[in-house]
Amino acid sequence: MIELLLARYYYVAFALLVSIGVYVLVDSRNLVKKVIGVNVFQVSVFLLLVAAAYRDGGGPAIHGEPEPYVNPLPHVLILTAIVVGVSLTALALALAVRVYDEYGTLDEDRLSEVRSDD
Amino acid sequence: MTDVVLPLLVACPLVGAAIALVAGRLYRGLDWYVGFVALAVEAGLVVGATRSYLASGRLSHEVGGVPPAYGIELAFDGLSLPVAALVSGVALSVLVYTRYSGPRGPAFHSAYLLLAGGLMGVTVTADAFNLYVFIEITGLAAYALVASRGDGASAYAALKYLVVGTVGASLYLVGVAYVFVATGTLNMAWASERLSEVGYTDPVVVASFCFVVVGLAVKTALYPLHSWQPDAYSAAPVAVAGYVAALVSTVAAYALARVLFTVYTPEFLSAVPLASTAVVYLACVSVVAGATLAVVQTDVRRMLAYSSVSQFGMVIAGFAVANPTAAFGALIHLVGHGVAKGGAFLGVGLMSSDGDVDGLSGLGRTSPGSSAAFTVLLLTLIGVPPTVGFVGKWYMAVGAFQGDRPVVAVVVVVSTLLTLAYAARLIDRMYYGSPATAADGGRRSPAVAVVALAAAVAVALGLLAGEMEAALALEEVLG
Repeated sequence: MIELLLARYYYVAFALLVSIGVYVLVDSRNLVKKVIGVNVFQVSVFLLLVAAAYRDGGGPAIHGEPEPYVNPLPHVLILTAIVVGVSLTALALALAVRVYDEYGTLDEDRLSEVRSDD
Repeated sequence: MTDVVLPLLVACPLVGAAIALVAGRLYRGLDWYVGFVALAVEAGLVVGATRSYLASGRLSHEVGGVPPAYGIELAFDGLSLPVAALVSGVALSVLVYTRYSGPRGPAFHSAYLLLAGGLMGVTVTADAFNLYVFIEITGLAAYALVASRGDGASAYAALKYLVVGTVGASLYLVGVAYVFVATGTLNMAWASERLSEVGYTDPVVVASFCFVVVGLAVKTALYPLHSWQPDAYSAAPVAVAGYVAALVSTVAAYALARVLFTVYTPEFLSAVPLASTAVVYLACVSVVAGATLAVVQTDVRRMLAYSSVSQFGMVIAGFAVANPTAAFGALIHLVGHGVAKGGAFLGVGLMSSDGDVDGLSGLGRTSPGSSAAFTVLLLTLIGVPPTVGFVGKWYMAVGAFQGDRPVVAVVVVVSTLLTLAYAARLIDRMYYGSPATAADGGRRSPAVAVVALAAAVAVALGLLAGEMEAALALEEVLG
């Protein structure tokens, strides 16, 4: 069991990052920290795909390099997903700025007090 | 076979979004016209694709000429046809409505067209990762549109929607990653063949199914993953609430059905009965919980949002039964609910400024046209013949008995009763309450016409359901 986990340490790291991301998302009171938690969660999924693409002894998939090649398709997927993640983070932070302008706080508990007066 | 209409369906609103942004800055007001032209062309393309489909069956297109095992494939068959028609129809109608009510400006219309493009992309794609990309495009545009009222409450609701929606989409991506690990391909048709070779009871396959279902359930807003929906629908501007409520969760439910039928196929559901049972019971819980929460609401828009939770639960239960009758019932209920819920939100916007149930008092007398249309839409949600709501529930109940899942039929009947509980309250207020405030005057007839059109379509779909069942041929989709 331990040997299996040590051999597959990238997947163990994926599981850890998922948990850390969700914990930061749920437990933080500051809105920006929640956004960072979502970011960590997304990055863990990228790690899963990139780790799944690796071949033992593999190198970059360039013409002229020796076989075997690391599978380049998941790398392409991850580039797309990174772009998606960046735009989502940008939009989330813009919304957080708007919330701060309107209510003067980014703390979730203060926000629920202030908003219940609305 | 390469059908060029499919990439045009996706490209048309996306290009329109870019042009609208620029045109609106050059000449004030031009962006609405750019949007109208783009969506009218889009509607024409959907009609063309429908005619090609009815003439020669499933359409497909390989993007960039790359073969489907490595490239992205777009496809159009009986499952996507009604959803594509719903997307283009609702987008065009709500754009006409925003002419008189809603937000304006090049940024708004650009985000509007971006959402239409993303939704159409989800509808026509046949590649699992491409589905994720289009779901995220849809989500980004929807988050921006929900915040477009400009104040702090809508920004907070949009942020909540963003965080929950992103977690859901990332869970879907984990499911796709597991499918890729198991099969080595992302194309839906190829993945389904290889999944059957790998074996449906393999833990990777079952785990991927769980992640995909939960991820798309967050986007469809099933109970208990629905918490973003009531805030988002009540904080958004009226036209945006109608647009998003009619389409975004609808297309997410379609995506769940597409992945369920094309990647996992009904054989998976029979090979792993626990998966089928879990999805059916989760959906049934959503039906009852959503309707119960709707009954206790005092704000009409929150009530309609919880009503959506309930109706989508029923649709997912219908899809999970996975025989052609129940799938047709679920599909037509999905489309009919999109029309009814979109029209209902637009109607509420016309009638009540703050959305409180008491604000609807006596509107049956002061604004008879929009009240009548709103009542027809509520009757569609309840499921009164001859509206499409009745047809969908009927087919789902019959399919549930055929598929040996009588609990779905029981839940369909219970949901009708619970829907009556909250919808009848609204109808009672409108026609038997005394008018609280003087009539608003100037009922903006084109906006009322959009709501009346929604009511007419809801009844027409119910009457045409028989021909639709023959034309859609869902037996081929279910394989």
